[in-house]
Amino acid sequence: MTLSVRVRKRLAPEFVLDVAFDVAPGVTIVFGESGSGKTTVLRSVAGLAQPDEGRIAIGDRVLFDSGSQINVRAAERRIGFVFQHLALFPHLTAAENIAYGLWRTTSAEQQQATAAIAESFRIAHLLNRRPGEISGGERQRVGLARALVTNPEILLLDEPLSALDHGTQSRIIADLRTWNDAHGIPILYVTHSQREVFALGDRVVALQNGSVVAEGTPQQVMDAPVHEHLAQLAGFENLLDAVVAAKRPEAGTMVARIASTTVHLETPLADVEVGRPVRIAIRAGDILIATERPHGISARNVIPGTIRKLTVNGTVMRSDVDVGALLEVHLTPLSSDELGLRPGSDVWLVIKTHSCRPVSAV
Amino acid sequence: MDWTAIALSVRLAAIVSVALLLIGPPIAYWLTFSTRRWKFAVESLVALPLVLPPTVLGFYLLVALGTRSPIGRAWEHWTGHGLAFTFEALVVASILYSLPFSVQPIASSFALIDRALLEASSTLGASPMRTFRKVVLPLSIDGIVAAGVLTFAHTLGEFGVVLMVGGNLPGITRTVSISIYDDVQALDFSSAHQTALFLLAVSYAALAFVYGVKRKPWAVAPLP
Repeated sequence: MTLSVRVRKRLAPEFVLDVAFDVAPGVTIVFGESGSGKTTVLRSVAGLAQPDEGRIAIGDRVLFDSGSQINVRAAERRIGFVFQHLALFPHLTAAENIAYGLWRTTSAEQQQATAAIAESFRIAHLLNRRPGEISGGERQRVGLARALVTNPEILLLDEPLSALDHGTQSRIIADLRTWNDAHGIPILYVTHSQREVFALGDRVVALQNGSVVAEGTPQQVMDAPVHEHLAQLAGFENLLDAVVAAKRPEAGTMVARIASTTVHLETPLADVEVGRPVRIAIRAGDILIATERPHGISARNVIPGTIRKLTVNGTVMRSDVDVGALLEVHLTPLSSDELGLRPGSDVWLVIKTHSCRPVSAV
Repeated sequence: MDWTAIALSVRLAAIVSVALLLIGPPIAYWLTFSTRRWKFAVESLVALPLVLPPTVLGFYLLVALGTRSPIGRAWEHWTGHGLAFTFEALVVASILYSLPFSVQPIASSFALIDRALLEASSTLGASPMRTFRKVVLPLSIDGIVAAGVLTFAHTLGEFGVVLMVGGNLPGITRTVSISIYDDVQALDFSSAHQTALFLLAVSYAALAFVYGVKRKPWAVAPLP
């Protein structure tokens, strides 16, 4: 069963959400910064928000169609929804929360279903406690169990793990994956966390300003961000203004000159004309520092520069290197010590062609 | 102490409280969750008894319940006697007069309910009625109890409206406050003292109960 979503909704006079994508069984991440419209997409699918126009369907069951004026009530959509702050009923125990959606069945069936899902999500021991009496991670598991116990046709999650520590997140994600190995429903997971994209997603739909800007596997979307905002979100610390100086289609590369410098960078080929501006995104951790000019090295970009500033940030030494433009480089404090780096040191930066990613500025 | 008047007032207050516990929640629900633009007009109407002189409300009620009004005539046709200056008239008048004391506490406790809980309920297949019974009512029980107690106490001490529509018929429409007024007029201060003290004690106990009801016993701690 595939969920197909086409939603258009004016959220502000200047802001129109306009997206269309399909969600196959497995986990699809809707990734974007806050205000990109991702929660509205989720709420539209759930029937909690009404699009101005569009069509939402699970397989051939239409949930919303502005053309034929179909708008199935949220209560009848048979979807599971996990809210950002979970929305567990505070006056009910975990067991009563989970069984809430099972009211059409007998109490014996309710007990059996509740016990089974509690087992899958490792919360059997706290079924008699209220949400206020259990930890954040446990509440999260109750929220998932409550949404899934009704056997929904799709599951929607609105940044449910953002408040949890990474270890707890990973364990819950693993249990959700195990559950879905057996059920195989489309899961739509909204987040702004890059980490969750890689940990959870089979596919990613990247939203920005109300539009889909990229779609594909996490690797495809996050490693080759085509848009500047996405590059910032995906953890590219360096975004350099540049001008395309030459293109070498036969090698699949091009050369870009960093704006207001004479520094040339070899980058993968992009669909930008020679002489036109382009932005180059480089992760700070993808740049090497050498104290002498390296020889016999495969990397195509070897650039002289001067260290302006060194700052320790936890286990990362951040070095700001002036090559005409400022580049942020991350290395470990130990390697910084061994190289004897200090502000004013002259160094060489080594950057592989494919660590430089041309992005379009939107 | 005028036990007849006390018994009558308690009976009146109990009937009105029960009636308003049935009428109040639906009105409060609509006032809290409706998105109609003219909601303010209904809100004002419900709050009117808070500011209106009881004699004004009583006067209009007397006109509305009198034998020349359609309501009064229908009542007379039905029961064989007029509505004005009866216990039933007191009940009708007191329900209207105490309406804000019931609706407002209930509406404010409805407003405190996280809307996401209502949405969660609907995504779990619950109808609005089921959501109301299973989520809204249990989570606003404080407000509903407060509404009941306030209505009871307020009706118990009512004077102006009661005098206008009920008059002063012992055992039928003479309530506690009218009995006190009568005693004072007759210079029977010791009886007035006793009845007044009774009303004071009951009113204080009611308010102490309302303020003492522990708020939000199920509050969820913020996520770590």
